[in-house]
Amino acid sequence: MTAATLYGLCGAALVGLGLYGTIVHPQPLRKILSFNLLGAGVFLQFGVIARRGAAAGMGGDPVPQAMVITGIVVAFSATALAVALVLRLFQETGGATLGTDPPARQYGGEGAGR
Amino acid sequence: MSVALALDAGLALLVLCVAVWTIGAGPTFAAVVGFVAFGLLLALVWVRLAAVDVALTEAAIGSGVTGAVLIAAAARLRLTEAPSAAERPSATLRLAAVVLCVLVFAGLAGLVLYPANPAPTLAPAAAVHLPELDVGNAVTAVLLAYRSVDTLLEKVVLLLALVGVWSLAPDRFWGGAPGILRPARTDGALVLLGRLLPPIGIVVGVYILWVGAIAPGGAFQAGAILAAMWLLVMIAGLRDPPEIGHRWVRLLLVAGPAVFLAVGLAGFALPGGFLSYPAGHAKPLIIAIEAVLTLSIAVILGLLVAGPPERERRR
Repeated sequence: MTAATLYGLCGAALVGLGLYGTIVHPQPLRKILSFNLLGAGVFLQFGVIARRGAAAGMGGDPVPQAMVITGIVVAFSATALAVALVLRLFQETGGATLGTDPPARQYGGEGAGR
Repeated sequence: MSVALALDAGLALLVLCVAVWTIGAGPTFAAVVGFVAFGLLLALVWVRLAAVDVALTEAAIGSGVTGAVLIAAAARLRLTEAPSAAERPSATLRLAAVVLCVLVFAGLAGLVLYPANPAPTLAPAAAVHLPELDVGNAVTAVLLAYRSVDTLLEKVVLLLALVGVWSLAPDRFWGGAPGILRPARTDGALVLLGRLLPPIGIVVGVYILWVGAIAPGGAFQAGAILAAMWLLVMIAGLRDPPEIGHRWVRLLLVAGPAVFLAVGLAGFALPGGFLSYPAGHAKPLIIAIEAVLTLSIAVILGLLVAGPPERERRR
């Protein structure tokens, strides 16, 4: 077994773990966190593919590496937007839940004063 | 089993343990701290996969800046944890989720264990044109020459995310300053670091940008370091976040993508295609684009962490 295979399996396990957290956690912030873990696993698998493509004196294929860099930045953008949405939900309703019932205004957030 | 492989196995195991902690920890704050540690360990994995550029990006953006956003959010949402913890799904659903996740894991593991042979690679194709570009770092060449459309669009995604975050502000705060989360006490160590680190960090950021042409580094990593220094100064309370309505803020935000786009459009007139560089001038153009991009990335990242405006605009 090579190091690349080992990290590939690690990436696969991260995808599984992240998916589980995304499904099971009720809190939106935990879902975002788990989804980032899932994304990290996908990036890692792509990195293993890049490593296997080592050629021409390079330690890995630069094209997947560059795409992973772009991917990390885009994942951060999406995370920042998602977190802002959750915080706005909290401001408006005083809760941060994805439940179907309209949440009660428990803590007098931003929207309660209007 | 060689020593290196044993170390790799240990690192992979450590990454998985921290990931399990991140998913399983009770308080969200603990999970977020786990996530930051996870990102730093993952950066080590990227080094082991001979992808130092990715390692720098993962440490700076995947772990650092994302961690800052999540920690601030976890602190604000602490009150909501108890009510929503009661919505935990039933045991049946959790079991179904476990089965699904194991299946997904098995499928991906199969791809890893029985990969395509020979491994597909674009490395030789990427290496052929490096001398023409005069750029030694193949990843930088891919990001800013071969696939520069990706990088341009990614900058637009960053800007769109910022517009999205800002648009969540209540109307009366539009154009005002973001309210950044500060610790209750802002004296002592934090203020000292806020004064000591930025000069060093700015030099390191400029170095990472410059060296990115020939060695691991580049605009993303440098921008993230500059953003971290700016955030440190803001969190320590040495400077307030800027009002988002200021003209200089808006100019800095669009400068990077605008210069990139201008060079891209100039490519139509000179070498004959969108985002193609004139022969012999590729490296100066790439460095110029990266320099402006770094500033824009730093401001965008800093403002994304700072969040939507929460104060009324001063007239």
